[in-house]
Amino acid sequence: MSYKGKFRVWRGDSDGGELKDYEVEVNEGEVVLDVIHRLQATQTPDMAVRWNCKAGKCGSCSAEINGMPKLMCMCRMNTFAEDEVVTVTPMRTFPVIRDLVTDVSFNYQKAREIPAFKPPADVKPGDYRMQQVDVERSQEFRKCIECFLCQDTCHVIRDHEENKESFSGPRFLMRIAELDMHPLDAADRQHAAQEQHGLGFCNITKCCTEVCPEHIKITDNALIPMKERVADRKYDPIVWLGNKIRRRPA
Amino acid sequence: MTELERHTYDVVVIGAGGAGLRAAIEAREQGKRTAIVCKSLFGKAHTVMAEGGCAAAMGNANSNDNWQVHYRDTMRGGKFLNNWRMAELHAQEAPDRVWELETYGALFDRTPDGRISQRNFGGHTYPRLAHVGDRTGLELIRTLQQKIVSLQQEDFEATGDYEANLKVYAECTVTELLKDGDAISGAFGYWRESGRFILFDAPAVVLATGGVGKSFKVTSNSWEYTGDGHALAMRAGATLINMEFIQFHPTGMVWPPSVKGILVTESVRGDGGVLKNSEGKRFMFEYVPDVFREQYAETEDEADRWYKDPDNNRRPPELLPRDEVARAINSEVKAGRGTPHGGVFLDVSSRLPAEEITRRLPSMHHQFKELADVDITAEPMEVGPTCHYVMGGVEVDPDTASSVVPGLFAAGEVAGGMHGSNRLGGNSLSDLLVFGRRAGMGAAVYVDSLQERPKIDEADIDAAATEALAPFELEGGENPYSIHQELQQSMNDLVGIIRKEEEMEQALGRLAEFRGRIAKMTVEGHRQFNPGWHLALDLRNMLTVSECVAKAALRRQESRGGHTRDDYPGMNAEWRKKLLVCALDADGGVNVTEEQQIPMREDLLELFELDELKKYLTDEELPAK
Repeated sequence: MSYKGKFRVWRGDSDGGELKDYEVEVNEGEVVLDVIHRLQATQTPDMAVRWNCKAGKCGSCSAEINGMPKLMCMCRMNTFAEDEVVTVTPMRTFPVIRDLVTDVSFNYQKAREIPAFKPPADVKPGDYRMQQVDVERSQEFRKCIECFLCQDTCHVIRDHEENKESFSGPRFLMRIAELDMHPLDAADRQHAAQEQHGLGFCNITKCCTEVCPEHIKITDNALIPMKERVADRKYDPIVWLGNKIRRRPA
Repeated sequence: MTELERHTYDVVVIGAGGAGLRAAIEAREQGKRTAIVCKSLFGKAHTVMAEGGCAAAMGNANSNDNWQVHYRDTMRGGKFLNNWRMAELHAQEAPDRVWELETYGALFDRTPDGRISQRNFGGHTYPRLAHVGDRTGLELIRTLQQKIVSLQQEDFEATGDYEANLKVYAECTVTELLKDGDAISGAFGYWRESGRFILFDAPAVVLATGGVGKSFKVTSNSWEYTGDGHALAMRAGATLINMEFIQFHPTGMVWPPSVKGILVTESVRGDGGVLKNSEGKRFMFEYVPDVFREQYAETEDEADRWYKDPDNNRRPPELLPRDEVARAINSEVKAGRGTPHGGVFLDVSSRLPAEEITRRLPSMHHQFKELADVDITAEPMEVGPTCHYVMGGVEVDPDTASSVVPGLFAAGEVAGGMHGSNRLGGNSLSDLLVFGRRAGMGAAVYVDSLQERPKIDEADIDAAATEALAPFELEGGENPYSIHQELQQSMNDLVGIIRKEEEMEQALGRLAEFRGRIAKMTVEGHRQFNPGWHLALDLRNMLTVSECVAKAALRRQESRGGHTRDDYPGMNAEWRKKLLVCALDADGGVNVTEEQQIPMREDLLELFELDELKKYLTDEELPAK
């Protein structure tokens, strides 16, 4: 049942690093994170790795396994052949702190730039009434565990540091869509999605959807509908005229 | 002098789970400059693991529900050992705390008339748990996280600085609380990323650090659950109560080995799932204890009818409180009627249509598919008990969440009393909200009441720094990982779900030995993001907490809730009146003393039938009727 697995893990820090080879025991039913933990416990006690729940619920142990953005806790070892080398590297879109740990503060900054849920002015707590069918749209997006794999894989920022300023990434464009589709949110979201968060950068290649461990249809259900809403408004002649008139300086 | 960064706050909250975030929101809304310090990234705390729901008697699913019914259920679940004032406040305030989350943007599942849907759970008389599928904890933490962000946005509008009044210090561990005389003056810790030291100068600290499960081998808890708050409180002179009561959740995964212990939500049973042994028998009917006999069905037919017609049928015994179900599973496996991997079967596939299962239990479906190659819509799961929750914690004043140390507050799992000897499922998320808010308020009121701000003694900072760096000083000692594994094995084997005097004596012997080995362990590498060092520091806390559990468990000579003695199998009304209080003595050892419970207020006593009270109370305690 147990065999010696071949692992290649990126070791280093912000000044640079390299892939190092290890041979480590692998047992039946294990996932990549188990093997990384065994490395820590037996060979490399100072190997840095972020993790928490080990059940795919917290989104901490994101990394790239043989180049694919994945949660280490949900990547089973029996998906590899016993003689296959498993390469584990940190997420490429974010600056490395050490080994497999990256600086994901970009995401927390972007989160802060999206205005919070705006409760309806005239509904008291306890009086909120919403239909299941209406909350389900936003509920899908609230399944997000903030593993940031979608941010990691998105080509708009993956190798384009310069776009980070004006593009919030799939996770946070989806957050705007979630609020826009919340049945009781009282704020306007569509203008900001396009102007401040870079919705226009997205050319719907669906890479984000592909890597989402929660299987959220980020592109189809959040980003494309959001683009349609923005487009409806931007190119609607009556809305255009209304905006012109309202924006006229007093 | 130790080199460190210094920050000044009114209130420092340690822990960023449900209780910590709710406390911080309250403290900030009361106008206090507040810091949140947490070991993980913001939004990753263990609360995300909560699945089933948040218990609150809103009466949306059954209008007969109200706070009195919830109160009674909570006291029964805890076998009447609960702090009755906490249970009362909890039952009364939970609905408001849930409704408040909707104003922060939470999206719970709905009833047909558009209100918050509520589901059945073990020990709750009516469907009572507000939920979002089986990912309620994630919704709770994300909602509170987003509320914190919205408060920061308000501060940005007003001051140009998001972090002017409320800041999150993520991946930062507090190793020591500092005092000026009797009162809290601040907290000392380190950044996990850089290993550099950090000091919080603050008159009030709220502990919201969660539980202690990482002292046990098979657990549903994450690495963060190392009893930090429990140990910090003790080192600061506070007391812990009820530490002998550990909840083993009846249904954790048992296979594959690497995921052993991961939680399988009680909602599986709440929504119709049944437990069967290897002979195909629904064995829970054999395990209904006398105190619950009148409330649970005696036949499978009656139990099955209850899902459709709860007013005219009694509940299925699969929905007994968790301690009862965990012991039953343990007995079945011991009697040789277990599954191939040493659990029992939990089957929902023969009870609900496949699409209904994936709609109601999406993350369970996902978890078993991905981790165990099991399709729960087509085959049963294998489950067994897993260490899930500690009922014991910091002894607090129910109304303000204050410990006996001025300026030190505690809320959530790290606080003791609310759940007595056993917590009902769903009562944890509501506990976090109710007492998180009360702790934030308690801390704010305390800060306002101070005449003079306590001062930090520089010598205490140096001492804390020396202590934190001690594992780097020695060479050639043991590595912390191996000591941790042995500690977990010992607690699991010797102070686990069924306890015996000799075994607990043996555990105490081993703990004493670990104490010596921990003092001499060695950490390799340097201070920057070094998990070996982090574990070495957490181990001290795990050891202290384990000593509390073992010593209190040895002392309590009865079986009640999350404390089962092979040598004292019965519940004893005299013991119900006693709390076991843990404190540190001068040389750092754990001291256990007995304290009398405050008798329940008369109007609360009157909520129960005399016949039921007789099962729990001594004759002198019974109301004179």
